[in-house]
Amino acid sequence: MRRLALIAVLFALVGPAASLAVEPDEMLKDPKLEARARHLSEELRCMVCQNQSIDDSAAPLARDLRLLVRERLTKGDSDSEVLNYLVARYGEFVLLKPRLELQNLLLWGLPPFALVAGMIALYMTARRRPAAGGEPPALSPDEQKKLATLVGPPTP
Amino acid sequence: MIPELGHYALVLALALGLIQSVAPIFGAKTHDAALMRLASSTALMQFLMVALSFGALVTCYVTSDFSVRTVFENSHSMMPLIYKFTSVWGNHEGSMLLWVLILSLFGAFVAAFGTNLPATLKAHVLAVQSWIAVAFYLFILLTSNPFLRLPQAPIEGRDLNPILQDLGLAIHPPLLYLGYVGFSISFSFAIAALIEGRIDAAWARWVRPWTLMAWMALTVGIAMGSYWAYYTLGWGGFWFWDPVENASLMPWLAGTALLHSAVVMEKRNALKIWTILLAILTFSLSLIGTFLVRSGVLTSVHSFANDPTRGVFILGILVLFIGGGLSLFAWRATMLKQGGLFAPISREGALVFNNLFLTTACLTVFVGTLYPLALEALTGSKISVGGPFFNLTFGPLFVALMFAMPFGPLLAWKRGDLLGVAQRLMVAFAVGLVAIAATFAIKGGASVLAPFGVGLAFYVMMGAVVDLVERTGLMRLPMTAVRARSFGLPRSAWGTAVAHFGIAVSMLGIISAGTWGSELIVAVSPGQTLSLSGYDLTFDGIVERTGPNYTAQVAKFTVREGGVTIGVMEPSKRNFSARATSTNEAALMARGAGQLYLSLGDANDNGTIAVRLYYKPLVLFIWLGAVIMMFGGALSLSDRRLRVGAPRPAAKSALQPAE
Repeated sequence: MRRLALIAVLFALVGPAASLAVEPDEMLKDPKLEARARHLSEELRCMVCQNQSIDDSAAPLARDLRLLVRERLTKGDSDSEVLNYLVARYGEFVLLKPRLELQNLLLWGLPPFALVAGMIALYMTARRRPAAGGEPPALSPDEQKKLATLVGPPTP
Repeated sequence: MIPELGHYALVLALALGLIQSVAPIFGAKTHDAALMRLASSTALMQFLMVALSFGALVTCYVTSDFSVRTVFENSHSMMPLIYKFTSVWGNHEGSMLLWVLILSLFGAFVAAFGTNLPATLKAHVLAVQSWIAVAFYLFILLTSNPFLRLPQAPIEGRDLNPILQDLGLAIHPPLLYLGYVGFSISFSFAIAALIEGRIDAAWARWVRPWTLMAWMALTVGIAMGSYWAYYTLGWGGFWFWDPVENASLMPWLAGTALLHSAVVMEKRNALKIWTILLAILTFSLSLIGTFLVRSGVLTSVHSFANDPTRGVFILGILVLFIGGGLSLFAWRATMLKQGGLFAPISREGALVFNNLFLTTACLTVFVGTLYPLALEALTGSKISVGGPFFNLTFGPLFVALMFAMPFGPLLAWKRGDLLGVAQRLMVAFAVGLVAIAATFAIKGGASVLAPFGVGLAFYVMMGAVVDLVERTGLMRLPMTAVRARSFGLPRSAWGTAVAHFGIAVSMLGIISAGTWGSELIVAVSPGQTLSLSGYDLTFDGIVERTGPNYTAQVAKFTVREGGVTIGVMEPSKRNFSARATSTNEAALMARGAGQLYLSLGDANDNGTIAVRLYYKPLVLFIWLGAVIMMFGGALSLSDRRLRVGAPRPAAKSALQPAE
């Protein structure tokens, strides 16, 4: 499911012939390290592209970033160290999954909040209203009076 | 002459639209039947005028009249006829004209087929429909006129963007617009109900077919867009969480919720206010989608024409209709009486659950799409929200929805028996568990989540089957009774089961292609053989070919499976001289529901060429599932209840047998 959605833009309109994203000569010999590099590449944005990850982008900058990621990995960085390094260099913009920070609170918080709020609202309405098949609520004095005038003995 | 005629027809449509915006409402107020009936005539005439206008534009494109600016900018005399035709909407101006063409088509449909609607409701619906039309006619005439002439006609056009020279352009935008614009009918019905302050189960019955139609078109439209991206982009991705894609997904999610809540309203007369709100929101999201794509705020390449004044104009339309609609809702919604009580565990309860999760999923996409824009506008700090975010937030919501899905149709109305339904779903649970175990056994535990996803998909598919088996009495009753019950079963029940089955098929494809696909990225030289997932591809060399308006380098690969030649794959690169651009055409070969996918990269100095080869198991299920969903919608649409329409006036039905 991890690769369920690669980020990219539908059309790479401008530019020369669309070449490949990851080029054969970039790839690392160690398959494990290469797999980590690919995984990280999918979470990093190519900053000059429209919403593409560096794994998908054919832009020169994306290639530089891919090489940088691989360089850090071969130097023994952990995944999070690589990400930290890139954020320090290029800012939060480089991450396709924003971190849980104050400025992103609404982004991460709003959906779960809406879900919980919706559930509470439903619970409240369900409690307020009697379930089907239950006893209907008792008539108010007004309604009883009305009923009496409607079905009561005819007044002379 | 022809462009001027088209322009003039559009102005006439605007005039008709203005009449239709006011007269029927006035007629409804004064109980003037003639004024109310006027709306039907103007709606039909509006469609005729817009169709004339559209036909004029098509003529300009097909005859390559480069004195018209948009034709000059987006067409070329050497293009094949089909692309000359599709390039009509391969640009901003033309695509807006297609938008209003579909809008007026739906208006004409209501006028022509809404014969059993109460006169005032019909008058109000057509008036509201016309408000939308007027806004967009003005938008086209004032900011995006496709008929503008150039002072001097150039000899040759600038060609349509090569990436758009594809059959996808013939299918994807019209279907998407049918979906977007189709929801305008639900919107108009909702606003009309609010104006009248009256709404009942019959209202839901009138609205549901329109919503269903729009939903079907949108479902397939999104799927076709996804397939188009898949084979065009060259790396086999099919969904990118691009803002423009999200813009089409949001109305789909809201529209799916609307479809389900309208069922509750129709059957049980409950959830009225919520259904009205959803109808307003769904079309609002369609408008927002149009705004996002057309205004260029996303600076996505989708907005092949972006112009700030247009953005402001559409923003104005957006504020007017969304703000107006919601204000009217806030003001009038309390007048609508709630009916139909139900217990939390019931069919209604299940549909409420569906609505809660679908709207939350919709909100997630909404926030994820617009948050970066808002944050940058407010604080100036730039963040990116992409696939990894959506997978983490949208994914769980959808898993919950899928898990609950088979329960819904099996629960009784008003008060259901959860345990009883769970027992009836035992077979589905069992099939799901077997699928999980089998997947682990075959594929190993490299991905832990994926086998559970497969199990979930199989459980949903089996759940749909169980639903049908229960309803038809298969395995319980004699065959003759089963036959009778199958025919007696409402088509909408078949539709539900088929559509639910379809989404599980899509899910299976997404999981399979995403998890167990294999890829090979290498530089090859002629004569070399690539091996992937049991297939051997031999690179035979590159040949040059000439197309109508391009030249292509075609790489030929012979494909063998177990030593037997099964075909040739020819990925290519096309160079379009008119725009000095090139496109990359991937080669696809279907193997069952899986596909081999081959695309070219750069040629190297040493005579080798870089290629990307993928094998994507069950990838075709993704789009097949969408087609199955649409088929389910079509079955439901053919339901007698919807075909016959709402109850007719008593005088007409007096002689008919009671239902």
